[in-house]
Amino acid sequence: MDLTRRDAVAALAAIGAGGVGAVGLQRSTTGDDTPSVDTELVGETLVAAAEAVYPTEVTGIETFVETFMAGRLDDGPHAHGVAEAVDALDQRAHSWYDDSFGALSVEDRDSLLGETGADTAEENPDGSTAEQIRYYVINELLLALYSSPTGGELVGIENPQGYAGGVDTYQRGPNA
Amino acid sequence: MSSRPPAENITTANQKGGQTDVDRTPVDGADVCVIGSGPAGALVASRLAEAGHEVVILEAGPRFDPTDRLARQERAIRPYYDRPAVWDGDHERDAHSNSGEWFYPLNHARVKGVGGSTLHWQGMVMRLHEDDFNSQSERGVGVDWPIEYSDLQPHYAEAERELGVSGGDNPFAPPRDEPRPMPGFQPSYSDSLFAEACDELGIAMHSVPNARNSEAYDGRSPCVGYGTCQPVCPSGAKYDGTVHIESAEEAGATVIDRAPVQRLEHNAESITAAVYATPDGEYRQQAEQFVVAAGGVETPRLLLLSDSEQYPDGLANSSGLVGKFFMDHLFAGTGGLLDEPTRQGHIGFLTSECHQFYDDADDETGPFKLEFFNYDGPSPVEMALTGDDWGDALLDRLREDYGTHIGMGGLVESVPTEDSYIGLDHSRTDTHGNPVPDVHWEVDDRALRTIERANEIQESILEELGAEITWQVGPDNTGPAYHHMGTTRMGDDPAESVVDSDLKTHDLDNCWIASSSVFPTGGAMNPTLTIAALALKCAESLKQAL
Repeated sequence: MDLTRRDAVAALAAIGAGGVGAVGLQRSTTGDDTPSVDTELVGETLVAAAEAVYPTEVTGIETFVETFMAGRLDDGPHAHGVAEAVDALDQRAHSWYDDSFGALSVEDRDSLLGETGADTAEENPDGSTAEQIRYYVINELLLALYSSPTGGELVGIENPQGYAGGVDTYQRGPNA
Repeated sequence: MSSRPPAENITTANQKGGQTDVDRTPVDGADVCVIGSGPAGALVASRLAEAGHEVVILEAGPRFDPTDRLARQERAIRPYYDRPAVWDGDHERDAHSNSGEWFYPLNHARVKGVGGSTLHWQGMVMRLHEDDFNSQSERGVGVDWPIEYSDLQPHYAEAERELGVSGGDNPFAPPRDEPRPMPGFQPSYSDSLFAEACDELGIAMHSVPNARNSEAYDGRSPCVGYGTCQPVCPSGAKYDGTVHIESAEEAGATVIDRAPVQRLEHNAESITAAVYATPDGEYRQQAEQFVVAAGGVETPRLLLLSDSEQYPDGLANSSGLVGKFFMDHLFAGTGGLLDEPTRQGHIGFLTSECHQFYDDADDETGPFKLEFFNYDGPSPVEMALTGDDWGDALLDRLREDYGTHIGMGGLVESVPTEDSYIGLDHSRTDTHGNPVPDVHWEVDDRALRTIERANEIQESILEELGAEITWQVGPDNTGPAYHHMGTTRMGDDPAESVVDSDLKTHDLDNCWIASSSVFPTGGAMNPTLTIAALALKCAESLKQAL
């Protein structure tokens, strides 16, 4: 099932982010006291992570993730939380697999995500590295997917929670 | 679309009320001081401000930035945030005790801030039935209200216009002279599944009145189907108290947020000032009239905190009943699985109910209503964020767990008893050094029997549907519906009640209470439309007094 830019915009609208009209990642800063976010690394790593955490029948991931994250990286604390989690993930990739996270095979990315402990961790933006990876990388991506129309349709709900899909679909039967 | 921050970016500094340069000093020459900015306080304030009176509203919590609503929705979906966190609940600020036999999750049941608990409410707005106003005479339990349904009927109609109510026919509802302001929402697909079973059993289904726009209304959006109504509606289609706070401010009223009232200064006959704390110090707001509209818990607490030589047991408490008769509706539910798709979770509100059994109530069984859920079972996106899987394994799990759930709910009346009360816990203090509220909640046997009766009907419907029943909330595991009622009851006899039928306290000539705390009995209908109707009635009486 193909993710579209419409899905990314819908997911952004659903979970709250600005810059919905923007496409592609922009370098962002959050003030003099905080370092700028390396959006190239963030974008590359999140797309790579999405290829591991999204179901194999999903296509169009790169555009979806880049459009989605363009809105989410406008804001300081969130952008930096994502950047730190991505950096931690990439460091582990270099330490354990001798390459950047984005350069690993999908199978190795899947393994690495689990090896960080993020599979059993509960999300926490202020928690351990595993909990932050769960919050800022895995759940960020899963939230984007499953609150979008295409992500909902994968499960059988065209108007998933968080998506403003109108008041028609709830009236329809499964074969409508 | 304007910029909206992700969940963790909401901060106090992000809220208008959080700015340090906000003027929170008292308003000179105030005619009316309203304490609390939920729907009751907001309606009273807007009515009186529109009539040309100088009105000041003191709100304990902050003013929330409306542009944060999508971020709050993310909090509602993400597992990291609990329910109080969606609206910046603060466990220290809102500390409380539970000395009763039944635990009461108070901070899941309320929102402190401009708009009050309507910010997180479900938005169902039924009128009480005629017999609800005569519980002792007609059912042999509780007390009669000092007013009849007919006294409140015009105010109900006005409240429906003010809140914006969508709804269709209900053959069991009390008499009305006009349709609701907006047409009802169409029944859901799962309603159609229930309808076949209910037809077989002779059980009626009918429309639900929602304070939720089925079309554009009063400058607000129609519902767009976000599906997170409770606890946050990002579109503004669901009514909340900020609607009338905005009206009040446009008419010249002043709202002071983050201003919890500490005590009401008074002499023997009148309140003279509301003493309130702010981030930059304590102030005294003087006014000619005072309206306490702080809900069923903080309203009696404030009166109890305002004790004095004249009123050693608490202000307006010569009856000794302030805080007594604390009631809530009890939940009864049953659900299970069908062997076909049920299409749950597209919207976050109900489209069909059954009030057929409501007026069968007597002293053995209370009134109750039945609800047909449109959102039974887990939400796929919430499930996705809580497992230890992703990729194809996660999708398989979501497909396995979503799609065939079906369920029913219901609300049951609880009889008012003196041993269920809101008191003060002098052993614990809040962040301002005041004793915290003690929720001493007790539930009567009639309510528990009524839950069993509701469960029986729910089971019969689900069995007729062919569902495998997998869960039930019955008398042993029931909980509150978060409707705080009864703690400053209304009545004609000053020895048996706290306020009169105009909602003025018997003891003080300028102290009014607009809240579900004045309900002498609770019925089994969601209370907010009655709160709003009483607030409008109160405003009329106040206009005469000013």
